[in-house]
Amino acid sequence: MTLLLLAMAALLLGAVVALLLSGSRRNDVSVVAAASVVVAAVLGLIPAIQVLAGGPVLQLRYPWPVPFGEFFIQLDALSAWFLAPTLLLSALCAIYGVGYLRSQAGKRSLGPVWFFYCLLVLGMTLVLLARNAVLFLSAWELMAVSSFFLVTFEHERESVSSAGWIYLVATHLGTGFLLVFFILMGRETGSMDFTVWAGKGIHTPELAGMLFLLAVVGFGTKAGFMPFHVWLPEAHPAAPSHVSALMSGAMIKMGIYGLMRSLTFLGAPSIWWGWLLLCIGLASGVLGIVFALAQHDLKRLLAYSSVENIGLITAGLGLGLLGISYNQPLIAILGFGGALLHVLNHSLFKGLLFLAAGSVVHATGTRDTNHLGGLLEKMPWTGALFLIGAVAICGLPPLNGFISELAFAGASLKAITVDPAQLAMAGLLALVGIGLIGGLAAVTFAKAFGTVFLGEPRQPVETPHEAGLAMKIPMVLLAAGCVGIAFGAAWLPDWIVPIASQLGGLEPEKISAVIQTPALVLAIVSICGLVLVILFVAITLIRCGLLSGRTVGAADTWGCGYARPSARIQYTASSFVQPVTTLFRWLLGANRQLQRPEGFFPTKASLTTETPDLTHEELYRPGFLKINWGIAKLRWMQQGHVQLYVLYIAVTLIVLLAWKFR
Amino acid sequence: MNAASFIPLLLALVLAPLLLGIINRTKALFAGRCGQPFLQTYFDLWKLLHKSAVYSRTTTWLFRAGPMLGLAAILMAVTLVPLGNYPALIAFPADFFLFACLLGLMRFFTVLAALDTGSSFEGMGASREVFFSALAEPALLVALATLARQTGSLSLSTILSQVSGGHWLQAGPVMALVLTALMVVLLAENSRIPVDDPNTHLELTMIHEVMVLDHGGPDFAFILYGAALKLWVLSALVVGMIAPDTGTLWLNLVISVGGMFLVAVIVGVVESTMARLRLLIVPQLLVGAGALAAMAFLLGLNK
Repeated sequence: MTLLLLAMAALLLGAVVALLLSGSRRNDVSVVAAASVVVAAVLGLIPAIQVLAGGPVLQLRYPWPVPFGEFFIQLDALSAWFLAPTLLLSALCAIYGVGYLRSQAGKRSLGPVWFFYCLLVLGMTLVLLARNAVLFLSAWELMAVSSFFLVTFEHERESVSSAGWIYLVATHLGTGFLLVFFILMGRETGSMDFTVWAGKGIHTPELAGMLFLLAVVGFGTKAGFMPFHVWLPEAHPAAPSHVSALMSGAMIKMGIYGLMRSLTFLGAPSIWWGWLLLCIGLASGVLGIVFALAQHDLKRLLAYSSVENIGLITAGLGLGLLGISYNQPLIAILGFGGALLHVLNHSLFKGLLFLAAGSVVHATGTRDTNHLGGLLEKMPWTGALFLIGAVAICGLPPLNGFISELAFAGASLKAITVDPAQLAMAGLLALVGIGLIGGLAAVTFAKAFGTVFLGEPRQPVETPHEAGLAMKIPMVLLAAGCVGIAFGAAWLPDWIVPIASQLGGLEPEKISAVIQTPALVLAIVSICGLVLVILFVAITLIRCGLLSGRTVGAADTWGCGYARPSARIQYTASSFVQPVTTLFRWLLGANRQLQRPEGFFPTKASLTTETPDLTHEELYRPGFLKINWGIAKLRWMQQGHVQLYVLYIAVTLIVLLAWKFR
Repeated sequence: MNAASFIPLLLALVLAPLLLGIINRTKALFAGRCGQPFLQTYFDLWKLLHKSAVYSRTTTWLFRAGPMLGLAAILMAVTLVPLGNYPALIAFPADFFLFACLLGLMRFFTVLAALDTGSSFEGMGASREVFFSALAEPALLVALATLARQTGSLSLSTILSQVSGGHWLQAGPVMALVLTALMVVLLAENSRIPVDDPNTHLELTMIHEVMVLDHGGPDFAFILYGAALKLWVLSALVVGMIAPDTGTLWLNLVISVGGMFLVAVIVGVVESTMARLRLLIVPQLLVGAGALAAMAFLLGLNK
């Protein structure tokens, strides 16, 4: 526990130093702040790994003079599972940030951004450790507010500040639901202590159901469930890339953590909980990836893909809950285990993809995939690393994304073969969802990688440069993590199964009876991955042998007889996904402006497409406009005289007093 | 694992190119021509392996790695697929998910290699390939999941060896629907009529062939061989559903190989008697195949 406190102290220190140094326009502040985050991460990772390896649960209580508050922190396996990737990613993104922000150093003060970065990491750490509702909510707010200031780093741009406001409103609406959730929990159990909540359970199923719904909405807003995801595609592209990576890789997982933690409070789940999470998960997954593939902005695409991955995690949770409801421990373990593993996997490959996208933005100054192309030659490291992230996120073997998708597929297939029929139907639904999501993810990332890194540049850009060492090293480490998890899959059950059984409240005997098969499958799959690599190497050697001594020529791309190929005749990002967007036209509602070539000697023609967010346009904008209209009716109360406001306060107090003593 | 368990793998490696020869001979027969020799694909492979290579200046290392990764993925997939009632080299629960993902890996790198050339033709083919296969993959998974529910097992080898005449008698409609869906997936995944036409390279309506326009020499040999293996494994799924279990391992093997040739003949007949669908209709066909498979699942829900 001392190490954890030291880690938090290091973060606070980093924040304070960043603030003190904010006057300087040099890069020192980045180095100091990043160093403190790295130190904090190392200090925090030691206890996290100890707990995960089966060490005792660490805890610390300290009185806190706030009503119902207590500084009560605890590190159990579930917290540690989330804490480890959070700290790891924080440290790597901080190192990356040093290189990424270097070009900004002369232009603006970097103190604030590092101040809020340290606070964000501190907030996430506290969210994971807090065992008191008041402390949890305070940490939750710290996380939300500091990330708001990080999103609005480039606040002078109008799109950025509007993204920041959308984020701030969304996250506080979510917090509102959480507030109600915690108050009801406190009233039901007479305590604000998570450990008390976990022991007691809720006795009436109606109340438990309502609390479950509150948790889904409240935590789902942070995690990015459809349709509460609306802030994600706005905030992620607006933030600096290392912050996007941290937000997408770690911060939205706090929503998943909160939901998982709440499940341990609510006692035995009803059947509809599992169905609800499964449906939300699959809807978020399919819609997220459909919207992702329609985006032209690289970082917006990645943000929507986070919605998809959160959907997969949620669907896994749903399958796990169904497994518990129908007393199928194997399904429960695979569902929960897959969800937990995907949390880790997603933080690795999404972090990697956002950082690589950041390098592209850094090098070219644009995020529009329709303008990019051919970067693999200029940026070989970034390109290869993005490719690893893309293969992993599509769930293709032999990388880590495949392992968690295999767990989901295993849960759904097990559900398919058992009775009752409802469970089999849930399994089928999940399997179709996973298949469709996998296929569409391949479309999305073939588009993203293909149009950014392959072919020829579609528009002349300033000579792109490869990312510097500080930016390269974090990406290499994240990619190594993706590969390492895939080939070390056989050891995963030892780490994950205890947490998954804690989540589902399953007895160890039940689990040890069913866990052999998945463990064996994971071992076989790792070996298959290894064989795949060996086959590839063997084929490469054969090819080298065949081509040695023969002439290897170079020519233009075959243009079917057209001898003057131009970069402009290439397929663009929009044209690549056009068949899919046409199929989902009813859903995407894409704006299309087509100016056809006219006349006998046509000169100009143009086509622009844009895909705004459906819920943003159809649900939230009209809704908030209505609210705005309603509030405008009350504007006569706002006269701008201080006396009047004092009067309002006085009147309110008198009314309350009268009500109290009636 | 003994020497005999390598037999399906060896048969696939040796006989897969023959399937293409059979399809072409069937088509020639319908067209009233003599047609190519049965072994033409082997000759082509031999010729290609002895050629030198020419690469576009636009391309990068990815273009060279694509065909090799694709071949590695499909070789891995071959080890997972049983031949009729003869079990595969590697079998474990949920192995068909790995199988589907390996096909996905092969496709992903074929598509990226196509995009690497910067050619609009190849971009077009790549775009269609990823789109159609995104629709075909759920159909394949649901079809296999239906069989898994019918047999109560989760590995391709056990599923296909347990699907027997009894299933066809008791749940005939279910099996027929699954078979239809698998057949559609087979035609789509192997770029066959009515989804794609393997005969022409240069028309704007093509999918797979147009993606590999720029490959030549040994790289193209890898692609051609990979395509033959892909046809083999998907045909093996179909054969596994219909091949009867005679109780003798060797007889089963002979029947299954015969079944593979029969599937090739059927593909040839389909190609000779049908026109290629318009591209706008293809998604309907694939979604339809998925719907058929889902219907089969519902019909067979009460085993």
